[in-house]
Amino acid sequence: MPTPRNYQAEVIVLKHRGFGEADKVLTLYTLEYGKVRAVAKGIRRPGSKLGGHVDLLTHSQLMLARGRNLDIITQAQTIDSFIELKSDLDRLSYGLYVAELVDCFTEERMESRAVFDLTLNTLLRLSEASSPDIALRYFELHLVDLLGYRPRLHNCASCNTLLQPVTNFFHPVSGGVLCPDCAMNVSTVRHLSLNAFKILRLWQDCSFDNACRVRLNGELAGELEMVMRSYVKYLLERDLKATAWLDRLKRDRLSGNMSRLVGVDSADIGDYNSALIGR
Amino acid sequence: MKGNIIPTAQPVARLIEELSKLPGIGPKSAQRMTYYLLRVPIDEVKALAEAIIDVKEKITLCSTCFNITDTDPCLICRDEGRERSRICIVEDPLDILPLERTRKYRGVYHVLHGVISPGDGVGPEDLKIKELLGRLNSGYVTEIILATNPNVEGEATAMYLQRLITPLGVKVTRLARGLPYGADLEYADDATLSRALEGRQEF
Repeated sequence: MPTPRNYQAEVIVLKHRGFGEADKVLTLYTLEYGKVRAVAKGIRRPGSKLGGHVDLLTHSQLMLARGRNLDIITQAQTIDSFIELKSDLDRLSYGLYVAELVDCFTEERMESRAVFDLTLNTLLRLSEASSPDIALRYFELHLVDLLGYRPRLHNCASCNTLLQPVTNFFHPVSGGVLCPDCAMNVSTVRHLSLNAFKILRLWQDCSFDNACRVRLNGELAGELEMVMRSYVKYLLERDLKATAWLDRLKRDRLSGNMSRLVGVDSADIGDYNSALIGR
Repeated sequence: MKGNIIPTAQPVARLIEELSKLPGIGPKSAQRMTYYLLRVPIDEVKALAEAIIDVKEKITLCSTCFNITDTDPCLICRDEGRERSRICIVEDPLDILPLERTRKYRGVYHVLHGVISPGDGVGPEDLKIKELLGRLNSGYVTEIILATNPNVEGEATAMYLQRLITPLGVKVTRLARGLPYGADLEYADDATLSRALEGRQEF
């Protein structure tokens, strides 16, 4: 769609970068035009009219003016700023991962209402759902689907025979699951437990509400995360930057570094400090 | 660079190229500056050149708070009149200046040199967080004031630091978030307004 000189867009802010004295260049995913990069002038000054309306992970209605290189944001009104999401470090980090994934997977000016809706719904789910992990996996699975990389989960991705309820193998290069016979012929495959296999198949075609009925234990959640991450990494040909941060938060959570310290008096800080440095 | 197609004296072209590397200086501004410098007396130009070299040679980071300084510890850290029990955490050395201008704060600072930004691959190990925990180790710190910017990355950094520091029994506070002076309610976003409402005070 050709863009008029002045146009409105419903957007989700994916990324920002400082630009000049007080400006920022924003990467937006718009409902109407797909991914767009635009300049928010004067936004770093306090009292800027754009201010919080175009902070990262904010759903806003914008007025933009076509510029020579980048478009310029002239007006902004928040629709949802996802306050709950932004006031919890773990959920916020998941949100940033979602934004990075959308940014990496989409091309500028290629609109897709489905991608926009999925992203928006995922941010809502991350702020509300009791299991942000499921919301994240559901998002990854459906995002690759919408972009044409739907993993094959019913028939073997190599020989096309119907997959049996046994331990199959996930192979990103083949674009899905391999039956045990075909898996013997490839070198780097990942075991896919029967439970993980069933859950992926369920999630691929069910609504989010149904997806939430699944109860995940830590091991299964970890397996699903690794499967989806290996697929995303293969498609993008690199690791997402936010994964290092997610891993770190998870390590801290699992090792209980934070919680163990509750009630420690200041004399013990030295031990904690050296433990942290040595980590 | 396009400008090189037009025959320009080599030293002039070189200066234009160097100046255009500066933030906010495009090729046109760089040209204007270069032609201005050509007309300026040699003493002034030497003073400028020396000032630039001086700044690179003499400025280091304070070994305590990581502010930029020409003496170590920096002027703020060595000031006897400042309360060492209170540390204000800022993202950049530049953020200290506006806080000092208020003349309301008599504690010391700690400069992180960045914020946690998962999308850019910047994690806690890239910031001066280990060094901050080292300072807390001294025992007489009673309050940490988180003065990172009120945006997503600044909040993420503040929340992470709060997780690390609160268990140590040190009081953690955050600069108030609300309406800036001279703002217009009409243009305020709901995150700011709801925080302004939550933090309202008796008048």
